[in-house]
Amino acid sequence: MAKMNMLQAINNALDLAMAKDDSVVCFGEDVGHFGGVFRATSKLQEKYGKARCFNTPLTEQGIAGFANGMAAQGMKPVAEIQFADYIFPAFDQIVNETAKFRYRSGNEFNVGGLVFRTPYGGGIAGGHYHSQSPEAYFAHTPGLKVVIPRDPYQAKGLLLASIASQDPVIFFEPKKLYRASTGEVPEEYYEIELGKAEVTQQGKDVTVLAWGAQMEIVQKAVEMAEKDGISCEVIDLRSILPWDADTVAASVKKTGRLVINHEAPLTGGFAGEIAATIQQTCFLYLESPIERVCGMDTPYPLALEKEYVADHLKTYEAIKRSVNF
Amino acid sequence: MTNPNNATITSVHTAEFTAGDALKIPTLRILRDDGSLYEGASAPELDKVTALKMYDTMVFTRVLDERMLAAQRQGRISFYMQCLGEEAATVGSAAALDDKDMIMAQYREQGALRYRGFTLEQFMNQLFSNEKDLGKGRQMPVHYGSKDIYYMTISSPLGTQIPQASGYAYAQKLRGLKNTTICYFGEGAASEGDFHAGLNMAAVHKTPVIFFCRNNGYAISTPANEQFVGDGIACRAVGYGMKSLRVDGADILAVYKATQMARQHAIEHNEPVLIESMAYRLGAHSSSDDPSGYRSKEEEEKWRQNDPISRYRLWLIEKGWLNDSDDKATIEALRTEILDALKVAEKVAKPGIEHLISDVYAEPIPALQQQLDELKAHIRKYPDAYPVTAGRLD
Repeated sequence: MAKMNMLQAINNALDLAMAKDDSVVCFGEDVGHFGGVFRATSKLQEKYGKARCFNTPLTEQGIAGFANGMAAQGMKPVAEIQFADYIFPAFDQIVNETAKFRYRSGNEFNVGGLVFRTPYGGGIAGGHYHSQSPEAYFAHTPGLKVVIPRDPYQAKGLLLASIASQDPVIFFEPKKLYRASTGEVPEEYYEIELGKAEVTQQGKDVTVLAWGAQMEIVQKAVEMAEKDGISCEVIDLRSILPWDADTVAASVKKTGRLVINHEAPLTGGFAGEIAATIQQTCFLYLESPIERVCGMDTPYPLALEKEYVADHLKTYEAIKRSVNF
Repeated sequence: MTNPNNATITSVHTAEFTAGDALKIPTLRILRDDGSLYEGASAPELDKVTALKMYDTMVFTRVLDERMLAAQRQGRISFYMQCLGEEAATVGSAAALDDKDMIMAQYREQGALRYRGFTLEQFMNQLFSNEKDLGKGRQMPVHYGSKDIYYMTISSPLGTQIPQASGYAYAQKLRGLKNTTICYFGEGAASEGDFHAGLNMAAVHKTPVIFFCRNNGYAISTPANEQFVGDGIACRAVGYGMKSLRVDGADILAVYKATQMARQHAIEHNEPVLIESMAYRLGAHSSSDDPSGYRSKEEEEKWRQNDPISRYRLWLIEKGWLNDSDDKATIEALRTEILDALKVAEKVAKPGIEHLISDVYAEPIPALQQQLDELKAHIRKYPDAYPVTAGRLD
């Protein structure tokens, strides 16, 4: 075990993946010698050479297309999109190409092993072009896997599993936690299974569900609620696509209540999908309406960020509404 | 001398534009309409077997197109795309490649596919989306693909294969394979952002890819002069620091020679090359298109005289490699063979219901399995409404 922040854990995962398998290649804007604007690929070019860790021109659709081609040849490209806000020029390559490669060819070709790493989310005074959480767009695309870690241990294990996956993965990294989140991380190789949620805290009155950077927000709210005598079960979804409906349903059948928190705007956000599924599978178990605590339906603000975000106080209020319904 | 801006600085002291048409790229022509060679031109080295395989492939492609367009008109298949007028461009380029060079095509390159060895049965199975189709009946007709013969499955969105070809070729280079990737696209697709992205990525990362632009004059109804203003597509490569070559796309000897050169350069120097092939899309864009709405019969007739097959045929006869009389019989035999294969393929069953969810992921995710189970239960309830699958659900 070693104490690492999330960036160090990600860097360590990439290092191990590149050492283990010659076909793993990292690239993106400023990813080479500089090590990426957040330093996630630090020292990888020095260690593995320019052919396997390199800068690309400023072209997200080019990066994505290039990654698709490499993966179709059988390599495992780990392509960085510098900010999730800038992934949209690559949307066609990801949605129409990456996601459909295996399906449309009848399994003649596939892009398994391809991972798009991209920092997402707010809390860094980034305004609407450095703060977005676009996971729901990709969750609507069959063929992709969408993964979001909450801490360094999770980031390393989930990233290694994503690179080892036979399916393409979009790996959203909560940039707010890059340096802020630290913890003990095994130095050796390990994977955390994709598509599985984790119950991070057992409880009996209400299930509180989140992912990524919002996990620490809901944790704060849960601690407040517990002072009021409310017992919360907390779940980190970890994978948005596919998502672990069974674990969530089992929890809601026990608690009878569900509060979902995400950073992205409310309308069309992934909480809606979870709520729809859970009301169907747990209808007779529900004691109160499913609560969604989300970003507002506006672009991500700058000066009024504190007001906008789905913070611990809003989550605390939702927990109380859910329990006192 | 270069500076931090990575551009040569030659100073002048009076302001002067460089004209937008300053760069003129010539067109390579070897074979005349009458089958003779242009003065000063020499035919590429071609053995008789290869030369005749190229000819047979062109003829096969033309007959296939004719039969399958007719089959579409009869309602037997839903859609078709011909490559009429561009047989030399696709066959000549494919013939200059190694069998393990990857082909990433747009959709009108059945000549290259056939040259690689895609069988008549494989064509038919794809066109009829039956259960023997390698693509499992998932894509509209003409979206062929085969891993065995290094032909990437076609994708409808235009130009997406361009940056992919750059990446595929980069992987070939990294693995030390002495192979190239050829990437076909039209002059219309060259307006897509992926064209810029793909060419720049290939040039910067020095990948052994051949960009083969089929400039055939039309993107559906839009003529090339409404697509771009510059001098064709070939000059754009120069802007990316890439070698470029323009060729008469109806002249199979010129196409073969150009592709051979491009391949050699790409592999020896790990550099991309662009070839612009100038031909004319003599047929409609697709079976859903009617060119009479945007171009004249006179224009088409003029280009019909520029037939790539007849020109090459005359050369082969002149060489003594082809008998003047044996063509009609060959074409008749091909028509029969194609019709027979069509009749077989159209009776082959559609893919089973499990292929609704297979290959979305390497293994179906739980939600997909559940959706399929629910669908099967529904079909069992209303079997008459789903005749393709109702009788064989398990």
